[in-house]
Amino acid sequence: MKILVGVKRVIDYNVKVRVKSDNTDVDLSNTKMAINPFCEIAVEEAIRLKEAGIATEVIAVSVGSSASQEQLRTAMALGADRAILVEAEGTVEPLNVAKAFAKIMAQEEAGLVILGKQSIDSDNNQVGQMLAALTKRPQGTFASNVTVDGDSVSVTREIDGGLRTIKLALPAIVTTDLRLNEPRFAKLPDIMKAKRKPLDNTSFADLGIEVKQHIQLDKVEAPAARQGGVKVGSVDELIQKLKDEAKVI
Amino acid sequence: MRESMEFDVVIVGAGPSGLSTAIRLKQLNAELNICVLEKGSEVGAHILSGAVLEPRALNELFENWQDLGAPLNTPVTKDEVYVLKNGEVSKEIPHALVPNSMKNDGNYIVSVGNLSRWLAEQAEGLGVEIFPGFAAAEILYHEDGRVKGVATGDMGISASGEQLPTYMEGMELHATYTVFSEGCRGHLGKQLIQKFSLDTNADPQHYALGIKELWQIDPAKHQPGLVVHGAGWPLEDASGGFFLYHTDNNQVVAGLIVDLNYRNPWLSPYEEFQRLKHHPLFKQYLEGGERVSYGARAITKGGWNALPTMTMPGAMLVGCDAGTLNVAKIKGTHTAMKSGMLAAEAISQVLADDSLSLGKTFSDAFDQSWLKQELYSTRNFAPAMHKFGTVLGGAFNYLDQNILGGKMPITLHDTSLDHAQMQTVAQAKKIDYPKPDGKLSFDRLSSVFLSNTNHEEDQPCHLTLADDSIPTGSNLSQFAEPAQRYCPAGVYEIVEQASGPTFQINAQNCLHCKTCDIKDPAQNITWVTPEGTGGPNYPNM
Repeated sequence: MKILVGVKRVIDYNVKVRVKSDNTDVDLSNTKMAINPFCEIAVEEAIRLKEAGIATEVIAVSVGSSASQEQLRTAMALGADRAILVEAEGTVEPLNVAKAFAKIMAQEEAGLVILGKQSIDSDNNQVGQMLAALTKRPQGTFASNVTVDGDSVSVTREIDGGLRTIKLALPAIVTTDLRLNEPRFAKLPDIMKAKRKPLDNTSFADLGIEVKQHIQLDKVEAPAARQGGVKVGSVDELIQKLKDEAKVI
Repeated sequence: MRESMEFDVVIVGAGPSGLSTAIRLKQLNAELNICVLEKGSEVGAHILSGAVLEPRALNELFENWQDLGAPLNTPVTKDEVYVLKNGEVSKEIPHALVPNSMKNDGNYIVSVGNLSRWLAEQAEGLGVEIFPGFAAAEILYHEDGRVKGVATGDMGISASGEQLPTYMEGMELHATYTVFSEGCRGHLGKQLIQKFSLDTNADPQHYALGIKELWQIDPAKHQPGLVVHGAGWPLEDASGGFFLYHTDNNQVVAGLIVDLNYRNPWLSPYEEFQRLKHHPLFKQYLEGGERVSYGARAITKGGWNALPTMTMPGAMLVGCDAGTLNVAKIKGTHTAMKSGMLAAEAISQVLADDSLSLGKTFSDAFDQSWLKQELYSTRNFAPAMHKFGTVLGGAFNYLDQNILGGKMPITLHDTSLDHAQMQTVAQAKKIDYPKPDGKLSFDRLSSVFLSNTNHEEDQPCHLTLADDSIPTGSNLSQFAEPAQRYCPAGVYEIVEQASGPTFQINAQNCLHCKTCDIKDPAQNITWVTPEGTGGPNYPNM
């Protein structure tokens, strides 16, 4: 069984996000970029399935600029066998990403697609669900445990107030939650080998997908700076301030 | 048994000196197998400098750097030097009276982080293997004492020293020659200087701490290419100087450099810099702007007199790890690059002909180079400032640099040790720093936040104490534990508890500046490498 994993290049989670001074977007110039942490968990899960003898091949797929090759190389250093980059400039909407995955899933005849539940930059949480709808295949989102058994996969989902375990017929789509696993570190010799693993470039046009834009980014604003607090001298003063200044009572 | 890999040359540290070494080696012999280790999460993540770049070494490394897109976007258009009399008044030094070494015609304002990123791209294009996120933690030796290479640190060790599920053993990297280019006070370089007694014929090394901020300012106030330097207020008990450069994209960098031979234990370089920004000279540009980034790094500034022997069996020290900065020019990037290029030229010769000795091949080439000429002719600059003070020392330097062209027939030595200069609290005057206003000046933690610093929490502390009792013992009673004040990242705290004062090390905040390793009066703190990728993530610094 082949497994497809999604890999998105996002701003590193350690980096403080800054808004551009013209409010058109966040400023990414010379900032550290990395694999989206949820995608890293997806890569780790796929590699573990391969190590367990369940998967035959792990293919890392990214949709984005040519710089995303860096993250695909990292995925291959961690253990993915090969990579596919759907090259596209600018922000790619979730629906278009899902369409690209649907095509590649069909081309590769993948038995399982593991994606991060969301990316830490746009926080959409949509691609996995859209991919399931487009391919008419079952989905197990927010997975904290994945067990493949023959032609089905059991997925334990993190839901409000507990866990829910569902069984999906393969091929299926799984999206990862934070507790699914703890990704390994890449080893130096594997980083060197990853440079020689195959990385195919393709595009929406090559995949026969017409890219339609449905979303327009109007404005990005930083949250308002927090006002400093004041110390009140007495309960009466507090009540008076809540009444007159905060106007909440 | 750890796994190992073999290379012709292993380079520790992907800054200008290490990358110039790698590039020059590949230019001389494309067949060489070269690897560069970098402890930062990416190239450029841990490096910061002013910086005004003199392009001399870069011209020699890549004649066509302009075509290759080197990030030298802002030529220096105007050079101003000031002495600050107090918190309000400044006096500009006429251009004619400025020591020639401090003039910047033909130089560029750059981000040394971005320069390193660009150099890394060039190196990778030539086939150099660069591994960011891997810290060289240990030096390996052959049985005969020659340097054999380095080992990367283990990953996935808990704070208490146990192996976590993500544990990954470090790797040995063996090389015919290992080049150490860790920057100022490299923790391996320090061991090598000691082991091979490389500093026997040198004066003690001297250091400074540089603190820097990047600001986005009002475009109406922005003058790309303007370079401002100066000294004076607010430093009373210490020597040092400030800088303010107008770079591209409506950004300015501001910083303060404080010599680490300062005497007053109450001095806080961080807070000196914060109050400096309230001076009208700074305020006129920064007011209404937004602070984008913050960082700090120690500087090796002993120059020629303190330069250790740079070669040893199987290895070399280059750049600020050795101490090639030209303090008279307040610049170290071009000299660091040149030292790496000279090292590469010597190593490539010795690799081709093993009857040659690395020590002699390098020192012959070094003696013929402009690097030696430059460092030798400015050897008196810093000692003059230390010995005679800013005014008389400045006059000495004007005479030496502008009239005699660095040929003053005497050499001034400064043989004092930076860490041994501190007065006790009984001898020193307490300094009261103003509270930060949150607009121009800030507290340490909100500053560290802007350096994007992160260390995996569950790992052994990388700031090690030889004697746990010193911080709350002699350091507290004699010096009120100065680590609380000299650390620009708030790593060290004395916390009062019912059982008495305890010393708290917030290692996650560490900016890897190495000041504690240098300035602790008891020389009790040793900086070792944390898990790879840990540390700041500087953008554009």
